[in-house]
Amino acid sequence: MNVTDFTSMLLFMVNCVLCNNYIFSRFYGCCPFLGVSSKVETALGMGMAVTFVMGMASLFTYFVYHLLLAPLGLAYLQTIAFIAVIAGLVQFVEMFMKKSMAALYGALGIYLPLITTNCAVLAVTLLNITEEYNLLESVLNGVFGALGFTLAIVLMAGVRERLETSDIPEGFKGFPITLITAGLMSVAFMGFSGLVG
Amino acid sequence: MPNSEGTRSMRSIFLNGILGENPTFRLVLGTCPTLAVTTAAINGVGMGLAATFVLVMSNIVISLLRNFIPDNVRIPAFIVVICTFVTIVQMLLQAFLPALYDALGLFIPLIVVNCIILARAESFASKNPVLASAMDGLGMGLGFTLSITLIAIVREVIGAGSIFGVQILPESYQPMLLMIMPAGGFITFGLLLGIINTIVLRHTARKERQA
Repeated sequence: MNVTDFTSMLLFMVNCVLCNNYIFSRFYGCCPFLGVSSKVETALGMGMAVTFVMGMASLFTYFVYHLLLAPLGLAYLQTIAFIAVIAGLVQFVEMFMKKSMAALYGALGIYLPLITTNCAVLAVTLLNITEEYNLLESVLNGVFGALGFTLAIVLMAGVRERLETSDIPEGFKGFPITLITAGLMSVAFMGFSGLVG
Repeated sequence: MPNSEGTRSMRSIFLNGILGENPTFRLVLGTCPTLAVTTAAINGVGMGLAATFVLVMSNIVISLLRNFIPDNVRIPAFIVVICTFVTIVQMLLQAFLPALYDALGLFIPLIVVNCIILARAESFASKNPVLASAMDGLGMGLGFTLSITLIAIVREVIGAGSIFGVQILPESYQPMLLMIMPAGGFITFGLLLGIINTIVLRHTARKERQA
């Protein structure tokens, strides 16, 4: 799918958020999805942090690949180069949050440095290359893919807040019931497939 | 005897990864590949063995370097080591097993960010000698392989009526396509995890009653 005019751009965004949702149809970023989805507020904060990192990572890795790796014939180093870019960005976001959003920083705790190992971020940068997206498409893919991730994690957190008070068999408490809920949500998201040609 | 003591602890380190701290079912780490590649049993085995190779090699190297890596840059250092071995696996698969390479797709480079590998580097290899770290990597890797193969077998049997591509259910069986779709991954993993948790809870309860 290529972005040529405004309509195709809109379709591209809808496709990123709903039809090819990173969590429900591609399984990228399941660790934070399961780990940080117990409260809506933290889920939203995590989603925002991931959106920022993913958008920036798409932008930076585009230049790293097309100006540095590809001309020098070093394409096989892309994984290591991209993870370095992502790690640097995450460090930056962490320092920024610590200074200006102390409460959110406290809430996200251990998961913030773990954005580095959020496979959705690395996946989006690698996908941008394999799908041969141009600069605009890469950034849109990063930002709206992350917004899809945010949508999924916030919805999940809403469900989980309710689940806390329900009567669940002992063995199914925690991860198992969360996974089954995610499965049912994924069925719902399947309804969006075919929305965009 | 220090010798037999040594072998016994090696065995317990190895078994710890497969049973006690099984990365998939007990620690619930590395969920992305667990859910994504388990549409067919052969993909589960391939993914598991690729991750095992990376895990063993990175554990060995990190354990060797554990006294030289400064504490505050250890995470980037670990990632560079892991990334090296992932790139090696990726190139080997692309050259020798192109079908598997295509089936696993993006999830091969994503082994870099598989939390199991970084977690073992951080919590085991950076504190233990080489041989124990290698054993830990092998145990964890095989534990991961067995778990995702189990999930993949369940999904393949119900979703396609076959195991490792061999038809086992009669032709009249209508495959339940949902199982090999993303939703089936979540549901199968959730159910298996719940069943295993229940078994473990029963087991510990019985042990407590006996004690």
